[in-house]
Amino acid sequence: MNLAIREAFRSFERAPVLSGLSVTTIAFSLFAFGLFGLVAVNLRAALRLVEDRVEVRAFIAQGTPPEATSTAVGDIAIFPEVETVRLVTETQALERARRELGEFEDVFEAGILPASIEVRMRPGFRDPGTVRTVAGRLEMYDFVDDVRYGEEWVEKLYRLRNIATAAGIMLGVTFALVAVIIIGSTIRMAVLARSREIHIMRLVGATDGFIRAPFLIEGLIKGLLGGILALGLTYLAYHTVGRYVLQTTFFEEWLALAGVAAGAALGVVASAVSVGRHLKKV
Amino acid sequence: MIRFTKVYKQYQRGGPALENISFHLRRGEFAFLTGPSGAGKSTILKLIYVDQRPTSGEVRVDGKSSVTLTRDEIPRLRRRIGVVFQDFRLLEDRTAEQNVAFALEVTGVPGTNIGTRVARVLTQVGLASKATAFPHELSGGEQQRVGIARALVNDPLVLLADEPTGNLDDRASRGIFQLLKEINASGTAVLMATHDMNLVRDTGLRGLELNKGHLVFDSAAPDPGEGA
Repeated sequence: MNLAIREAFRSFERAPVLSGLSVTTIAFSLFAFGLFGLVAVNLRAALRLVEDRVEVRAFIAQGTPPEATSTAVGDIAIFPEVETVRLVTETQALERARRELGEFEDVFEAGILPASIEVRMRPGFRDPGTVRTVAGRLEMYDFVDDVRYGEEWVEKLYRLRNIATAAGIMLGVTFALVAVIIIGSTIRMAVLARSREIHIMRLVGATDGFIRAPFLIEGLIKGLLGGILALGLTYLAYHTVGRYVLQTTFFEEWLALAGVAAGAALGVVASAVSVGRHLKKV
Repeated sequence: MIRFTKVYKQYQRGGPALENISFHLRRGEFAFLTGPSGAGKSTILKLIYVDQRPTSGEVRVDGKSSVTLTRDEIPRLRRRIGVVFQDFRLLEDRTAEQNVAFALEVTGVPGTNIGTRVARVLTQVGLASKATAFPHELSGGEQQRVGIARALVNDPLVLLADEPTGNLDDRASRGIFQLLKEINASGTAVLMATHDMNLVRDTGLRGLELNKGHLVFDSAAPDPGEGA
């Protein structure tokens, strides 16, 4: 093992330019993927903010006894699709309207706005179909006059979300593939540069595992360094955008660490494949 | 110790490289493989150090048969075979002693034994004084001595030499040949591929002559009775 580590570091020492280039190439291909990831994460966060506002509102007929509505609120809260249920009394509705539309304060008189039950949907149940079902269920209460949930808006939002998800997956897979191909070729070049060594190791009777070990360690170090560098570049990009353009969110800690780990794993796998092919060939 | 029995070898590209080759090299023997370029000399050596497998027939080396040899057994077998090439195949960024030590390190020999063994084998090939020189600081003959030292350091049963003097002038060639004879005298079998027929004739040693993949002449009578 010691020898494998020594040999791995020796290759950095001996070919610093090639090693530096490999690390930079790995870093930039991961950086491109990181940038895409940042956009995806922020787009998702923005969409979720909008989605959080998907709401079904059931207007209550005047003169409904409060017991009836509060029993209904209790029932609705148990619906699996429902996140929160809130009863808005006539007085609360009036206060809210006056607060939100200050200049028309005088227009609103007591009794003009009906009481309502406001239902927010759980994440994952905000698609038009589910929202429609819940709205239908609310309509069945005798005391409910009308149910509104902005049908058209919910449908548009849902379509946008689907497009964003599909585009995200396609772009993500493409970026990831490009990164894998570039990293794979970079490592393969490094392995080819040392084909003579592999040849001699085989010739004098080194086992395949023994030949592989230094290359796997080298791939791990390159992937790790590339990953860390890519993370730094992505953070720099995030910081610059945040400072001059708009505030965005960065990856959660575990996701950033997963990115670096993925870089290291890619380095190891690419090395294993390259050396494996070489071992078969020599 | 090395026995070829009806060996055929066909590469994926190109015609047959070897056809119906049978011979036996005994422990401690010295033999030449001769013939023009493309006759199949290198292929015979590759079959011995299992860089290639025969298409049909059997190659036995130190009791191991090419028919039953698994991939995992190859490294251990190669440690009992030393190989030397025309182009030396040294690692340019390592000194002579590091090149020789490399062969021990990568086969898992404990570090404490390596120094002594390297020094001993470099002395044997007459390069003790140039142990710390890099290949580019050495003459062709000296580089080949490093190659031979590397092949010998694992105490092989047989030394395979593929045109070891092909890149050397007459004087260096004679030196290398002399060294190979000394190595053979100490008990290691030597199989040397060469196209220098004069060298073979002068020595009176056994010669196996190949032509277009056929064994056309063997100066020693085959001995089918002896086991490999």
